[in-house]
Amino acid sequence: MSVFVLAEVAGGVLALDATAKAVTAAAKLGDVTALVCGPVAAGEEAAKIAGISKVLVCEDAAVADGLAENVAKLIIENASGATHIVAPASTSGKNVLPRVAALLDVMVLTDVIEIVNAETFKRPIYAGNAIQTVASSDSVKVLTVRTAAFEAANAGAAAPVVSVSLSEASALSTHIEHKTLESDRPELTSAKIVVCGGRGVGSENGFALISGLADKLGAAVGASRAAVDLGYAANDLQVGQTGKVVAPDLYIAVGISGAIQHLAGMKDSKVIVAINKDEDAPIFQVADYSLVADLFEALPELTGKL
Amino acid sequence: MKILVPIKRVIDYNVKVRVKSDGTGVDLANVKMSMNPFDENSVEEAIRLKEAGIATEVLVVSIGEKKAVETLRTALAMGADRGILVETEHGVDIEPLAVAKILSKIVAEEAPELLILGKQAIDNDLNATGQMLAALLDWGQATFASGLKIEDGKAIVTREVDSGLQTIAVSLPAIVTTDLRLNEPRYASLPNIMKAKKKPLVEKTATDYGVDTTPRLKVLTTEEPASRTASIRLGSVDELVEKLKETGIV
Ligand SMILES: Cc1cc2nc3c(=O)[nH]c(=O)nc-3n(C[C@H](O)[C@H](O)[C@H](O)COP(=O)(O)OP(=O)(O)OC[C@H]3O[C@@H](n4cnc5c(N)ncnc54)[C@H](O)[C@@H]3O)c2cc1C
Ligand SMILES: Nc1ncnc2c1ncn2[C@@H]1O[C@H](COP(=O)(O)O)[C@@H](O)[C@H]1O
Repeated sequence: MSVFVLAEVAGGVLALDATAKAVTAAAKLGDVTALVCGPVAAGEEAAKIAGISKVLVCEDAAVADGLAENVAKLIIENASGATHIVAPASTSGKNVLPRVAALLDVMVLTDVIEIVNAETFKRPIYAGNAIQTVASSDSVKVLTVRTAAFEAANAGAAAPVVSVSLSEASALSTHIEHKTLESDRPELTSAKIVVCGGRGVGSENGFALISGLADKLGAAVGASRAAVDLGYAANDLQVGQTGKVVAPDLYIAVGISGAIQHLAGMKDSKVIVAINKDEDAPIFQVADYSLVADLFEALPELTGKL
Repeated sequence: MKILVPIKRVIDYNVKVRVKSDGTGVDLANVKMSMNPFDENSVEEAIRLKEAGIATEVLVVSIGEKKAVETLRTALAMGADRGILVETEHGVDIEPLAVAKILSKIVAEEAPELLILGKQAIDNDLNATGQMLAALLDWGQATFASGLKIEDGKAIVTREVDSGLQTIAVSLPAIVTTDLRLNEPRYASLPNIMKAKKKPLVEKTATDYGVDTTPRLKVLTTEEPASRTASIRLGSVDELVEKLKETGIV
């Protein structure tokens, strides 16, 4: 069987962790060819992921910004013969793969957390309240995989890198701009430790307590939807059903009540610590260690003592 | 400009979902059903475009069992003009590919210039229909919108992406899928709920559109997720520091 993987590229740089995790899932299904929409250097980096036997690199400007019309077309042009088409369940994978699936007249399986066999997959539904096992009867299986559910593939011998280009770029959509907040902190979905703040933090300034603890621990910063909606944190820090799904070694939830939509994004973390002043907060039901305390007292003390 | 907004009737987001013990699915008997939250954002955005004089008509469509009429009426009460129910068998969830095929037929009949869908339905969490429909129609797509403007025959859309915010321009006709921060959906007022009862709503079936809705995916089992071990309550920050050190992670 031959598996086609769309590598994750952000700002012209390979997102190694997300790609290597998708490759782990894909390699269970067969021989992996990866497509990198970005510079040759990104392709060469992907080529070193164990399990990839060939890398296709497309340097065309038309696919550099992830526009779905062009990336989907490029995949269709290069994935003929593939039994499976796989991408990380990132915003780019989720944007492109359903489009690819419809062009092939097949269904798409999104957010897959386990590959049972070549036809059968597990995925969460209802914000993770249930796990469904589904078998696909389609000729080509198109799936996005939840990176938090797979270990990253190791480095291996470099696979050959071949250049490809898009037959004809679509003019349906154009990229205008990209706003990214630069940060020295680890990336949320690949961090070993995540410190996450919620509405309880009270203000953008209060959120500095969260970043302070994160910096002390070398952790990534996350936020609940309420904290993002209120402007305490950037949208790309949101953890949950509508945000990112993380499963770090340690997740510290501060001033977060633990709504099911938030739990959907973090309850598979290895160790969960919750700090909340309400002893009945639902977050305590998934926490390994619960501290009922006022965060404005507990956080400075914790940061000081670590 | 006519805007078409597909809306799905789903379990209310506040309901604690229970998995049936025989593994055949989740228990939907007697649970509160509502409009998919993202679809409320879509309806709101369409109505705002109409209020701004940009849209001329807002058409809402739902594919589902008879009771989805209630969801359509909610959208009409918010301010949509007209509804179409595509009735399907009770208890059968139509997959995004088939939903997209039905919608593509409605698009052919109605010729809207803009479709606003939710980014995902909170029951199946698939996040697929808008992208699939865009492919079937060969239209441009702008998913996960937190900002939308119509300018010179284009939709200028700010998208919430993993690395921040991306703004793109998509030529109309186009597909937009909404994220929760796009707007704050309004509540329908009582007089508007009354008025909505008189707004036109037609009922169709999938066969009227000649679409085969046979599922491509077979659900083998539906299970509870693994549960976590009981929590340990700590009495002080010192205890927490000690426990964290024991884990060896910090
Ligand atoms: C379709 C849909 C999708 C959603 N997706 C997401 C998602 O992806 N991610 C997400 O997070 N949410 C999501 N939500 C929202 C979710 O339902 C909750 O509203 C949200 O998670 C609440 O955020 P919070 O816990 O920060 O705020 P709240 O629920 O308001 O909780 C604040 C907590 O802080 C505690 N607190 C207050 N002051 C202090 C103090 N001084 N010290 C200690 N504790 C204090 C309070 O006791 C309370 O428990 C979604 C909702 C919907 C409908
Ligand atoms: N049965 C349906 N009827 C109407 N709209 C639907 C239906 N299913 C999905 N949609 C639309 O597609 C969006 C995404 O759903 P999904 O792809 O199932 O996650 C929803 O927010 C709706 O706008």
